[in-house]
Amino acid sequence: MNPSRTLATARRVLAQLRHDPRTLALLLVVPCVLLTLLKYMFDGQPQAFDRIGAALLGVFPLLVMFLVTSVAMLRERTTGTLERLLTMPLGKLDLLLGYAFAFGAVALLQAAAASALTLGLLGLKVAGPTWLLFAVALGNGLLGMALGLFVSAFATTEFQAVQFLPAALLPQLLLCGLFVPRERMADGLRLASDVLPLSYAVDAMTRLTTSAGVSGAVLRDLSVIAAAALLALGLGAVTLRRRTA
Amino acid sequence: MMNSSEGGTPAIRVAALTVVRGGRPVLHGIDLDVARGSITGLLGPSGCGKTTLLRSIVGVQRGTAGRVEVLGRAAGSAALRSRVGYVTQAPSVYADLSVAENLRYFAAVLGVPKSDPARVIAQVGLDGREQDLVSRLSGGQRARVSLAAALLGAPELLVLDEPTVGLDPVLRSELWRLFRELADAGATLLVSSHVMDEAVRCDRLLLMRDGRLLADDSPQALLDRTGAADIDAAFLRLVAATGPTARPEVLS
Repeated sequence: MNPSRTLATARRVLAQLRHDPRTLALLLVVPCVLLTLLKYMFDGQPQAFDRIGAALLGVFPLLVMFLVTSVAMLRERTTGTLERLLTMPLGKLDLLLGYAFAFGAVALLQAAAASALTLGLLGLKVAGPTWLLFAVALGNGLLGMALGLFVSAFATTEFQAVQFLPAALLPQLLLCGLFVPRERMADGLRLASDVLPLSYAVDAMTRLTTSAGVSGAVLRDLSVIAAAALLALGLGAVTLRRRTA
Repeated sequence: MMNSSEGGTPAIRVAALTVVRGGRPVLHGIDLDVARGSITGLLGPSGCGKTTLLRSIVGVQRGTAGRVEVLGRAAGSAALRSRVGYVTQAPSVYADLSVAENLRYFAAVLGVPKSDPARVIAQVGLDGREQDLVSRLSGGQRARVSLAAALLGAPELLVLDEPTVGLDPVLRSELWRLFRELADAGATLLVSSHVMDEAVRCDRLLLMRDGRLLADDSPQALLDRTGAADIDAAFLRLVAATGPTARPEVLS
């Protein structure tokens, strides 16, 4: 690992995003529009908006980073730039962390825009500290990135890469407690939801809305998210092969 | 011993190289040496295994058996990564970045001076196009950006897979002049092509067919030996002399 190569990679990924302002705009605007829609959908039920709105603040960065990373990494593979980089003195970790820094910055920006809107204009009530909300959102963004990186190894076309979003994330979304509280699920499903990382993302956000201060439970959730992200990043690193068929 | 006499070892030494891809043998026991400071042309019809051989030399090919040594080390070893430049057949640069951004990034990865991108841009004749997005460039210009990236840091060995495809004759001859300058400066070049008229510009030719080397000789010696008027004809005579190759894998 080499810091200057990692930073050069992060700068390069950000430069690519800068050349694609539409993607950048979609990344920032879509969550805000959806959250606004949600607010007016639950016009008469502010508690419902507090619960679901906060959970979605955690889910969006994960969804978006998953999609962006899986397509970006697939592009690196199909255009041959990944092969070129791997013939150069670039460590696999330099590449992965470069992506993590660049997309982490975008995840942070997205979380800032979405939470400024939700906490400010839309009046979402969060009892916990705002910095912790950001930390969870950032952790979720990085988890989405790491998962996207990992699954991109199994996609050979962009069509496949996009299909991995519903395949890998929809089950997690159904089981994360957003639709049915996790403790009321059948044992098997409950168990499944216990091992899926998105559950902890939503749990953390839910806890932040209800309890003030820095609760140990939120920190535990956050460390589960971080561990899952590191695991996925490690698995992703294994899929980067210098020698290919 | 290898280290002390590194200057004397050939740039590339391949011995009994066999490559199997997807259960099919693609290269059947290749032996060859490439001398330092020379231009070697790798010629043969499309699909004969040229790219697989080049990939084995760069060290990115899986399923290889035999020995491939580059600059005195095993192909693909970490120490070679800044000493070998590789240009794939399809330009492998970021289409959504400008020419300068691409080269700045690769320069940072290679750890070469910040002035190097400007040098290689001039070498491939892309001055004035630095700020253009690669996606806006023509196919030939993209190929030159890809070549420029491989020239960063002045690598000792350049492995170029069909670098002149789709270029007009003027540009092609300019690039060959560049290749000669690089070789004169001490670099070793291995250039694949299926255009036989580029063969005469090489010091040595490797003629390949169906995963085997048909010939490994200088262009003139090849013409003398086969009595052919040009390399194309020489290739055909060599093929006729070896007879049709049995390819049971195609029949099954």
